[in-house]
This record gives sequence, structure tokens and C-alpha cells, in this order.
Amino acid sequence: MYKYILKRLLFLIPTILGVTFIIYAVMNITPGDPGRAILGANAMQADVDAYNHMLGYDLPFLQKFVNYVQDLFLKGDFGISYFTKQPVFAEIWPRYGFSVRLALMGALLSAVIGIPLGIYAAVKQYSLWDTVPSVISFLIAAIPGFVVGMLLLYIFALKLNWLPSYGASSLRHYIMPMLALAIPPAAQNMRFTKSSMLESIRQDYVRTARAKGAPERTVIWKHALKNAMLPVVTQMGLTLGALIAGAVVVEKLFSLPGIGSLIVDRIPFKDEPVIIGGTILLSVCFAVIMLVVDVIYAFIDPRIKAKYVKMKGK
Amino acid sequence: MRSAKKAVQAVDSNRYRRSNRFGEIWRRFRKSKGALIGLILLLMIVVLLLCAELLIPYEAAIKQDVRSALAGPSAEHVFGCDTYGRDILARIVHGGRTSLSIALWATVCSCVVGSLLGAVAGYFGGIIDSVIMRALDLFMSVPDILFTMAVVFALSANFVNLLIALTISFFPNYVRLVRSQVLTLAEQDYVEAARAGGSNNARIICSHILPNAVGVIIINVTLNVARIIIYESTLGFLGLGMPAPHPEWGMMLSEAREVMRVAPHMIFFPAAAIVLCACSINLVGDGLRDALDPHLKS
Repeated sequence: MYKYILKRLLFLIPTILGVTFIIYAVMNITPGDPGRAILGANAMQADVDAYNHMLGYDLPFLQKFVNYVQDLFLKGDFGISYFTKQPVFAEIWPRYGFSVRLALMGALLSAVIGIPLGIYAAVKQYSLWDTVPSVISFLIAAIPGFVVGMLLLYIFALKLNWLPSYGASSLRHYIMPMLALAIPPAAQNMRFTKSSMLESIRQDYVRTARAKGAPERTVIWKHALKNAMLPVVTQMGLTLGALIAGAVVVEKLFSLPGIGSLIVDRIPFKDEPVIIGGTILLSVCFAVIMLVVDVIYAFIDPRIKAKYVKMKGK
Repeated sequence: MRSAKKAVQAVDSNRYRRSNRFGEIWRRFRKSKGALIGLILLLMIVVLLLCAELLIPYEAAIKQDVRSALAGPSAEHVFGCDTYGRDILARIVHGGRTSLSIALWATVCSCVVGSLLGAVAGYFGGIIDSVIMRALDLFMSVPDILFTMAVVFALSANFVNLLIALTISFFPNYVRLVRSQVLTLAEQDYVEAARAGGSNNARIICSHILPNAVGVIIINVTLNVARIIIYESTLGFLGLGMPAPHPEWGMMLSEAREVMRVAPHMIFFPAAAIVLCACSINLVGDGLRDALDPHLKS
């Protein structure tokens, strides 16, 4: 078991390096001109060149990448923003916590809404408890997340005037963004839980449990649900990962101070260091979440555990 | 000579069986009311978009008219006008043409690239498989929306670059899907038989393995078109879609956000267009899944 976790942990290192490389390479397809961007349009070309040389920006691509990685992982230095001329790290770090919190709360809310509905829909298949949520979840699957957010904005902020439409200063500010973030994955979780549960209900061990006379409640809760939840855990991890990045839309829509909105806001200004840094930070977070999901899965799925215990025995 | 004759016969019986199979699939597909409604809606949308130029000229979608700015629906402008007084109906129709063609092309590209890589990885296994799958793991470690944003940012937004960005984000799914299909199919006896009969690898992959994985691929292709439409509108909303003044659903909604209070029709119609389109495609996709793969049906 620990061997498995260690293996996955070690694999995180090449993953993070590889991800950094991919993002850095993509962003360098059209290399920017940091000297020009930082010194301004009126600076002398010689000064700009000297500045670029000082930053090491005139080096070949791989050399630049190695320098970037060294600065990034050894010194925590993401470079300097072209737009605000501040260190990038100071700009993205406070926002990072916000984005992660938002994604965590969104994922939690989507689980709280989606999973019980999915279980109930499977248990009461073909009843109203199944058809109504299923139809709604089908419709939501066809609505982009930002449209969900805009509809919420229109109804609750403009028409009913119940909730503030932007900012993040009080708890009430979080209600709409959280809902906008949670509703699309909640629909997905509902469908996923339902199909997983339906599959589990049809297994032989459930029939066995029924046949031996176990009460329906025990059958559902102890026999069916426990097994149905295994894939749902993975699904929840994927939701969280998707929300870390997917929050960019909601952050933008509700003008929230997260990394996603920072990246999008800086795109018109071609502020490469911030865009690269923010993207790398979010991707690393995503990779770590995937790792945690894998490890949790190994703990709760007896089959994976058994595989490693057997290997130990050999 | 005799073996050639036999081969011809085999092909003939194969063709017979195949036509039968399509009939069978259609019969099952037809049974689902949702799938039929989806198909009809989708056909209507496609016909409408194909004839768009005849119904409303493209100029109407970009012609600005300050006097009718933010005007609500009227006889002249059925869906009303936007901030610059452009006809929303025209913008939806012409935006839809771009959205749908990008979605289709991106689906085709990602499917072809992904399926080939997946087939190669699954069939050869070993080192080739490891290299492809590890590279894929890296690709999938970058959240796809960020990745698309990065690619569009780096290449600047236009039709071809959007296509590239969406293809890169969507092909990994096909690699995984096709690889797992191939892993099971490569064990089948008929593959063994083909190999014994002297078929080379390319032939086995193309004529024995991929055709048998095609059902699963088709289902995913259909559902992916809807996902890409949604995805693309999100990019447009974030300001990374087709460059202005070209109409684009996501961008229309992003413009509508600013004037939500006075012109709610600017949200309603483009949003309805996206939902209608994605919904009908999803209905067809679900219907196809049930028709092609009856044992998947719950």
C-alpha cells in the first residue's frame, strides 16, 4: 500500500515538470518581448535588448525553460508581470487560496445536491423522483456553466434583487457563484450516481441479500450503496479538478478575485508571466488532486488493496 | 482462384449483414421518442444553418445601426437588436454556422488523431504504448479549459487556431477510449485468424479492429459535438472566440451581460440557441448509444 502511494508521489515530479514544459512551450510559440512590455513603447531599442538580455530572454528555448524551472521551483520566482510590473508570485498567491476554496465549496455543494438525488432516482427508478431530476439534469448538461450563472444573476440579482451581483465581501456574495459553480457538476454527479447505483442494484450480491431476507433498507444502504459509491468517489475528484480550472468562468462572471479571472483579465494585455504562472499553479493543483483521488481510491477499493497485499506476500 | 471467389462471397455476405445491421440500429433508434425528436430538431437546425445565406444575408449580422440599439423583438427584428443595433436573429444564425462547423471539424480531427494513436498504443503495447500513454497523462494533467485558453492565446483566435486548440483538448479522450477497445478486441479470435492469414498490422487495425470499435466511437463523437459547442461558447464568453465583429454565441452572451438589466432578450435568444443545439445533439447521442449498444442501456 505504501509502495503504491510512494510510487504515485514520485510520479508527481515528472508530471509537474512535464506540465510546466507543455504550458511554457505553448506560450512560447509566439514569444513576447518582455523588455518592450516592461520598459514601455518609448524606451530605446538598445535598452530593451539589454533588458531582455539581462532576463535571459534572448537565450534558446530550452535554456530559457531550464532557467524558468529553476527560478520557479528553487526560488518560487514566477517572473515579473508585464502589466503591473510586480512579482507574479505576489499577485497570484493570494488569489490561489480563493480559487481553491471556491472549487472545494463548489464540489462539496455539487455532491450534496447530486449524489442523494442520484441514489434516490435509482432506487425509485421510473417514478417521478427519477424522471423529473433526470430530465432537468439532461437539460443542464446542454447549458454552458456561464449561462447558468447569467440566468441566476438575472433572476436573483436583477429581478428579485435578493443577492449582490458581484464582489466577494460577505457570505451572501458567495451564494450565486457557488450555485453557478455547483449546478452543472451536480447534474453530472446525479446522472453518474444514478447509473452506478442502478448497476450495483442489479448485481448478484444484492439479489442474494434480498433472497436471504434482509430488509430493503439494509440492502440499499449496506450492500448496493457501498459498492456504488466507489466510482462516484473518482467522479467527485474529477469534479473538484475540473472546478479548479472551470471556476475561471464563474470568477469572471461574478468578478471574483480568483486566479482564473486574473488570467482572463490579463489576456488582452499579453501579460505572459502571469498567464503562464497562473496556469502552471492551477495545473499543479489539478495534478495533486488527481493524485489524492487515486490514493483515496486505493484505500477504499479492496480490490486494489488486495493486489498490493498479495504482492507483498510473494 | 477459388480463394478469391470465396473472398468475394465473404465480402458479399458481409455487405448483406452490414445493411441488416444498420436496419436493426435504425429500428432500435426509432423506438426512442427523445432520440427521434432530437434527430428532427437537429436536421431542422442543420438545414436552417445551411440555408442561412438565403434567408438572412451575412451583412445583416454585422451591420450596425445606432437607432435600433438594444431594441426588443419586433416585426422587423424578430429577436431584437444588440448593443450596436445588429439583428440578433442574423447573428445567431451566422454565429451558429461557425459554431457548428468548428464543432464538427474539431470533433472529426480529434477523433481521427485520437483513434489512430489509441489504436497504435493498444495494438502494439509495450514501449510504444507506454510512451503514448505517459505523454497523454501529461496532456491530461493540464485542465482542458486552461490548455485551450493557452493555445488560443499563443496562436491568436481565428477559425483554424480554434480548431487546433479544441482538437488538442479533445483528442486524449479518443486515445483512451479506442485503446481500451483495441485491448479487448486484439484478443479476439478473428484478429488471430487475420494474422494467421497473413494480414499486416495496418490492415488488421484498419479493417478488423477499428470497424468493431466504431459503435463506441460514434456515440462519443456525437456527444462530443455538443460538448465542443458548449466549450466553444465558453471560450467566446471569455473573449477567446472568433474575432469581432464575426458573430459568435458565447461572445453575444458576454456582450449581453453588460446590458442585462435593459435588454434581457440579448441573453435569452443566444442562450436558447446553444441549449437547443446541444440538447438535440445529446438526444441523438443518447439514442444512438441505446441503439448501438443495447447492453449499455440501463
